[in-house]
Amino acid sequence: MNVFIRLGETTLAMLQKLGRSHLFLLHVLSGVPGILLRPRLLSAQVFSLGVLSILIIAVSGLFVGMVLGLQGFNVLSDFGAEESLGVMVAASLVRELGPVVTALLFAGRAGSALTAEIGLMKATEQLSGMEMMAVDPIKRIVTPRFLGGLIAMPLLAALFSMVGVMGGFFVGVGLLGVDDGAFWTAMHTHIDFWDDIINGVIKSLVFGVVVTWIAVFEGYDALPTSEGVGRATTRSVVFSAFAVLGCDFVLTALMFGDA
Amino acid sequence: MVTASDNALFGAAQDIPAGASLAYNRVPSGWTAPNDSPAPGNSDEVLVAVRNLSFARGERHIFDGIDMDIRRGKITAIMGPSGTGKTTLLRLIGGQLRPTAGSVAVDGQVVHTLRLGELYELRKRMGMLFQSGALLTDIDVFENVAFPLREHTRLPESMIRTLVLMKLQAVGLRGASRLMPSELSGGMARRVALARAIALDPMMIMYDEPFTGQDPISMGVLVQLIRQLNDALGLTSIVVSHDVHETAAIADYIYLVSAGRVVGQGTPAELADSDSAWVRQFMQGLPDGPVAFHYPAADYAQDLLKAR
Repeated sequence: MNVFIRLGETTLAMLQKLGRSHLFLLHVLSGVPGILLRPRLLSAQVFSLGVLSILIIAVSGLFVGMVLGLQGFNVLSDFGAEESLGVMVAASLVRELGPVVTALLFAGRAGSALTAEIGLMKATEQLSGMEMMAVDPIKRIVTPRFLGGLIAMPLLAALFSMVGVMGGFFVGVGLLGVDDGAFWTAMHTHIDFWDDIINGVIKSLVFGVVVTWIAVFEGYDALPTSEGVGRATTRSVVFSAFAVLGCDFVLTALMFGDA
Repeated sequence: MVTASDNALFGAAQDIPAGASLAYNRVPSGWTAPNDSPAPGNSDEVLVAVRNLSFARGERHIFDGIDMDIRRGKITAIMGPSGTGKTTLLRLIGGQLRPTAGSVAVDGQVVHTLRLGELYELRKRMGMLFQSGALLTDIDVFENVAFPLREHTRLPESMIRTLVLMKLQAVGLRGASRLMPSELSGGMARRVALARAIALDPMMIMYDEPFTGQDPISMGVLVQLIRQLNDALGLTSIVVSHDVHETAAIADYIYLVSAGRVVGQGTPAELADSDSAWVRQFMQGLPDGPVAFHYPAADYAQDLLKAR
């Protein structure tokens, strides 16, 4: 019997949290017009979430691209199709790895920081203090961070893909001797702007919403203790990873399912 | 130490007859000189009226039908043992929590019935000093004090600078304006928070445990600041504390709260002479009395024997 009670309690708690997170998102979005009038608040967040993530994204992109070049060459050369290496690297990056790996890295680098920052602001009564100064902490603190993440994610994903292609080029053309012209020409003819690039951008926008939403909500919903903030940070990264991979499957099925 | 003579803000205030408007400050209507004693219950003189207030967190009843009157222009202290919900009371007054029954009215407005916009308008006229100071840790002292001004006014930068420096001068920290909150001592952080709380010239300030964890010097500074700001700016102050001596030294009226009820009230002198054993125990800090030294437990000898 106890198992059923537990199950019921857990389910209800999860549903409540889901409800809270949606109301929270509405509240965050209601602050968007106000923040657009104060672009400095927004640019500060784009800087701390986006610009400061550039290094990790670029380095990871480079290595992922190099690995793709190496693995792709091994398989393609068995079929004598190593000229298609450029398409393979670019398609993998633009359609899948760029948005997904960027979102996972972003959740680890920027999402966790967002959760911890907002959670600690709550624990040290900074959010409460703002409320008592008649400043809505969701609109003043959370909305710019949410928008900042939303803007940073597609840009970082684009950077990841670009650096990844360079990595694939470096390994494939530079080290393994694939023809330079074939590498770029195949990529140029087979990668479609709408089907590949725009779909990738849409994916990274969706991941931007999901990861940043989870991060700010977990921070805002954290228990205001050091343990509570620690747990919230862990949950933020774990939930973001699940959400990104789950959304990726759904989006891929919708975008490329009938191809 | 802040003295009136080296402090422009206080100096100006002292040259003005009690009750008159300060040039830059909005004195609430109905404010009277501290030595006037209005009839108790006169609604014009009551800024915060707490009526039959009850509040519960889950099964735990924190307040059970309390009544209080916070009079304008006075320092009212709310004292009681730790964990009696004194901070909760401030949050109820500030509208961050909703009472389960009864009401809190601030300046004639019942707080929990206000819409969010109205509540925020009311809060602009209230300052609150949190126990931790609650300064924003990513901006410096100057920007912390400027924060409410930037959020709620469209004053030019030069005016904001002047106002911030005046507020910081009032708490003696003009020289610290470019320090970050992490570089401040606990007492300094509270004084900065106090400067921020008076930035919008509120009608009242709520202090949440202002003396906790302060060294004697910081404590003395804060005690004096609370009294001087109250009188110079024509504020109404609510001090939540369990530091008996410091609070009794500046309070005009004290409510003692325990177990969700008001167990004693009066001026500091009246409470010191109280007949109530509980009030005497609290005011004199006696280790045993109506509040027993031992937490309720099973019989001591039997408890020890059980361990074998």
